[in-house]
Amino acid sequence: MASIMAAKVRAKRVAQLIAGGKRLDGRELNNYREVQIESGLIERAEGSARVRLGKTEVLVGVKIEIGEPFPDTPNEGVLTVNAELVPLASPTFEPGPPDENSIELARVVDRGIRESKAIATDDLVIEPGKKVFVVFIDVYVLNHDGNLIDASALAALAALVNTKMFNYEVKEGEVKIKPGYKPLPMRNYPVAVTFAKINDQLIVDPWLEEEQVMDARLTMAFEKDGKICAMQKGGYGTFTTQEILEASKIALQKAAELRALVVKE
Amino acid sequence: MSQKKPEKLIDEKGIRYDGRKLGEMRPVKIEVGILGNADGSAYIEQGKNRILAAVYGPREIHPKHQALPDRAALRCRYHMAPFSVQERKSPAPSRRELELSKVMREALEPSIFTEYYPRTAIDLFVEVLQADGGTRCAGITVASLALADAGIPMRDLVSACAAGKVEGHLIVDLDDMEDKSEGADVPVAYMPSLNAITLLQMDGMLTNEEFEQVLNMGIEGCKQINQLQREALKAKYTAVKEAGAEKEEEAEEEATE
Repeated sequence: MASIMAAKVRAKRVAQLIAGGKRLDGRELNNYREVQIESGLIERAEGSARVRLGKTEVLVGVKIEIGEPFPDTPNEGVLTVNAELVPLASPTFEPGPPDENSIELARVVDRGIRESKAIATDDLVIEPGKKVFVVFIDVYVLNHDGNLIDASALAALAALVNTKMFNYEVKEGEVKIKPGYKPLPMRNYPVAVTFAKINDQLIVDPWLEEEQVMDARLTMAFEKDGKICAMQKGGYGTFTTQEILEASKIALQKAAELRALVVKE
Repeated sequence: MSQKKPEKLIDEKGIRYDGRKLGEMRPVKIEVGILGNADGSAYIEQGKNRILAAVYGPREIHPKHQALPDRAALRCRYHMAPFSVQERKSPAPSRRELELSKVMREALEPSIFTEYYPRTAIDLFVEVLQADGGTRCAGITVASLALADAGIPMRDLVSACAAGKVEGHLIVDLDDMEDKSEGADVPVAYMPSLNAITLLQMDGMLTNEEFEQVLNMGIEGCKQINQLQREALKAKYTAVKEAGAEKEEEAEEEATE
C-alpha cells in the first residue's frame, strides 16, 4: 500500500508540472529526449544499430538466412521481428519466455516495417515458392528508461539501412555465397512516435517516470510520404477523437525529424 | 469451406462483394447469458464470426502474487479454436493471440469499476469458434456484455467496430477477405456515453485526412453496435423478469387454491 501512495503522490506531481507545460526532466511537452544513433557495431550481424533515447538504450541486430517462403506468398521474402526485454535492462525484467510486453513491442515494430513495405521483399526471392531470404530483426533492449517502442522502431530502421546482403549464385539448385556485399533493398522508412496521456494532456516520448503514471499510450508510425502505417493504443485510459487527431498532426512532424537522423536524403 | 477471392471486392457502384454498401455492417446476432457455469456470458455472430465470451469473478486470485492492493486484476484470454480458420490453428496461444489478449484487456478495463474489488481476479475468456475478420472487435463487444451479465459494476458498455480502406474505398466492418486485401484496417473500441476511445490500432496506409474519416466511421459503427448490445441485454433481462412474474402468479394461484 505504501508504494501505491508514493505512486499517487508522484503521479500528482508529474501531472501538475505537465498542466503548467513542464516536465520532470525539463523538456517541453512535444520534445524528444536527445537521440543518438550508431550503426554497424556488431560485425557478425548483417546489419545493426544502437539507439539511445535519453537513457533508454536499444540494440537491434539484423540477420539474414535462407529459408522457405510462406505458402500464401511464394514470391516474397520473409520478415520476422522479435524483441527481448533483457533482464540486465531493468529491475522489472525477468528471464524467461517473452511476455506480452515484449510481444507487443515486437509486433508494433513489425507492423510499421511490414505495412509501409519498408523492405522490398519481392527482391529477396531466390527460387519462387522454395527458397527466399528471411530477414530476422532482433530488438535487444539494453536499458529501459521509457518509450521502448520509438527507440526500437528507430533502431530497427537504422539497422535495416545498415544491412548488407551477401552476394550469391544458384548452381544446380544449390545456393553458393560469393564474395562482396550489396545493401538490403529498401523502399520505405517508417518511424514510430509515441504519446503518453497524463491528466488529459498529451506528451511526446514519455520516459520511465512518466510511463509509470500515464493513463494511456498512443503510438503512430508514419512512412516517408507522411502516411500513417501503424497505430497502437496501450494502457488502461482512454482517448477522445480530438486528442487522437491532434496527436496525428504532431506525430507526422516528429516522425520526419526522427527519420532525418537515420536517412540522409 | 474456402471462398475464392473475387476479382474486385467493391464494384463501380460502391457495392461490396457480399452485397453490402460501403458503410453497412454485417448482420449481427447477440445472445446474453447462455453458459451455465460462468458468472456472466454472451455469444455473438457477426457475419461468419462466431464468438463466445465468459466471465468468472470477481473471485479469489491465483497465483496470489498477481493480486493488486487497490483494485481487481482483470485477466483476459483471447483464444481461437483450432477449427475456427481455414488452415488448422495450433491450440497453443500464438503471439497474435497474446497481443490481442493484452489490447482487449486494456480496451475493457476502463469500463469496469475494478477499484470496488481489490485483491480479486476478474477472469474473462473469449473463444473464437469461427473467424471471419474483425474478431478482436466482435470479441470486445461480446466480452463487455458478458461482464455486464456477470453483474460487474461498469461505467459504460464497450462497443467495438473496425473501419478501413479497401480498393480505394473507405468502408466499415471489414470481413476476412477485405481485411487481407491491400489497404488499411483500423479497429476501434468506444464507450458511447463517455465519448472515450479505449482501443485503437491500425495497419495498412492512410493519410491523416483518410484516417480522420475512417476513425469517425469506426465510431459510428460502434454506436450501432451499442444499440444492439443494449437490446440483447434487455432481451435477456425482460425474459428473466417475465419468467419470474409467471412463477409468482403460479405461486399465488396455488396459495389461493
